[in-house]
Amino acid sequence: MLLVTMVIVSLLAFAAFDLISGSPAEIMLGTQATEERVAELEAELGLDRPFPVRYLSWLAGFFTGDLGTSYSYHQPVWELIAPKVGITLCLSLLSFLLIAAVSIPLGLWAARRSGGPLDAAGTVLNQLCMAVPPFFTGVLLSWVFSITLHVFVHGQFPDMGSDPGGALGYLFFAAVAIAIPRIAMTVRMLRSTIQAEMRRDYVRTAISRGNDRAGVLRRHVLRNALVPVVTFLAQTMAEIVAASIVVEQVFAIPGLGRLLVSSISNRDYPVVQAIVVILAFWVVLAGTAADLINQRIDPRLRLGGAS
Amino acid sequence: MRRKSMNGYLLAGLVLTGALTALILLGLVWTPYDPDAMLAGPKLQGPTLAHLLGTDSFGRDIFSRVLRGAGTTFLIALSTVAIGAVCGTAAGALTGYFGGVVDEALMRLNDALTAFPSILLALVVLSILGPGNKYNVVIALGIVFIPSFARVTRAAFASLRDVNYVKSARLMGASSGRILVRQILPNTVQVLLPALTIGFNNAVLAEASMSYLGIGVTPPDASLGYMLSEAQGMLTSAPWYALGTGGAIVLLIFGVGLMGEGLQRRGGEVA
Repeated sequence: MLLVTMVIVSLLAFAAFDLISGSPAEIMLGTQATEERVAELEAELGLDRPFPVRYLSWLAGFFTGDLGTSYSYHQPVWELIAPKVGITLCLSLLSFLLIAAVSIPLGLWAARRSGGPLDAAGTVLNQLCMAVPPFFTGVLLSWVFSITLHVFVHGQFPDMGSDPGGALGYLFFAAVAIAIPRIAMTVRMLRSTIQAEMRRDYVRTAISRGNDRAGVLRRHVLRNALVPVVTFLAQTMAEIVAASIVVEQVFAIPGLGRLLVSSISNRDYPVVQAIVVILAFWVVLAGTAADLINQRIDPRLRLGGAS
Repeated sequence: MRRKSMNGYLLAGLVLTGALTALILLGLVWTPYDPDAMLAGPKLQGPTLAHLLGTDSFGRDIFSRVLRGAGTTFLIALSTVAIGAVCGTAAGALTGYFGGVVDEALMRLNDALTAFPSILLALVVLSILGPGNKYNVVIALGIVFIPSFARVTRAAFASLRDVNYVKSARLMGASSGRILVRQILPNTVQVLLPALTIGFNNAVLAEASMSYLGIGVTPPDASLGYMLSEAQGMLTSAPWYALGTGGAIVLLIFGVGLMGEGLQRRGGEVA
């Protein structure tokens, strides 16, 4: 299943850019290019081969590190991307941990106290948090912590190799900006899942037999409510990646997102193609990890989902 | 099941969204100052009665700019949702009701598309259509929102395919088209309305993000996203610019979000 999805994803990304009107060779050479020169460059780039051949050789390039040459930087795409992959993956993992660490306890707490004015206030606050776009939070955070408090210097991203602590500190603010609306969504989802589970017969039986509520919540409800929550958190990875594209721009973080945006403006398709596929693979991988975790939590899922 | 037609969230959301819509519609025909006029007031002035949100480093009135920008964002989000909802509902209705091979194939494609975060997908489509043009932004986002609407409607139509009132309509000789539109569609409203509010908010976010990145709506068209990136450069001298534009986005999404919450609670399903 994982392989099938990845093949479809890469095929879509490849075909989409293949459909673009106008040959990349013409874009590279400009409008004054002669026809012979264009044909020559097309042969050089391998653009004169049929579609399936080009797709397969491009896909093979993914595993050998040969992703073609950037149109605008004139250097191998992989060299361009390699130092940035780590930064973006770090940012998305950090955001993910933050979301999981904050929203799970908060969701449990919110599920236990439902009804009343406090609950309504919580819902409104929740909606408000969901309404704040990550790039606006990012602008506010850089205003408060960089310009006013000088906690970090905006635009000077510390080198990951020589100063990992400083780099993580810098990424932390970006992760907070990404996490806030997602935390709100996860809390909301967790709260309604747990409340639906609490209304089930087995919970009523357990409580009527004299088990304490907190224990039932921990031992039975949480375990049953976990499967949809893990699936939801895996889907969050897609949203994190989307938000990080924008937030990297806000904080001037030299990651894949920034390169993607500048490559789109430059119509540098080999770079765009490679980044799109890497980000999509990352999301698919998160989804597969969630499936595996769910199969451990709920043995029933092992029957159908084994592939 | 008890069904309330109105609740606090829905009411608050309707009021807030209604007020904002009225302001935005007003902004399309009239703004206190010309949004692009330099020196409409003193440069870099904080909020005053004459300039509700202050002025920027060119002396432009920020309130007028925010009104105009919100108008662009609002219209783009509306057209995007319209494209996504109409095409998505049609696709979801046909595949959900008839099923078969086409349904299977489209669902697999849909699954693969979820691996692409929506903004990423929109950026891909936009880079193919050509960035920096508002019509291309609408088309790109509209296409991107089709699958999510299709997924929601497909599930609703598939679940209602074999209920008794649909069966009896079929027995009475009603055509498939009539059953889809007259019998099933009205009963999916409970699912569709919240999906519309979520879609609208996603569209506002996506448009603002792309314009912030400089590949969505670009000048001379004003959009809240582009203005926020402009405001980021004036953060030290005119923080009210960023607060005004960002605040407008937050209020717009917040109002529609409350409406969605209210609609879901009215439907008896707190998802």
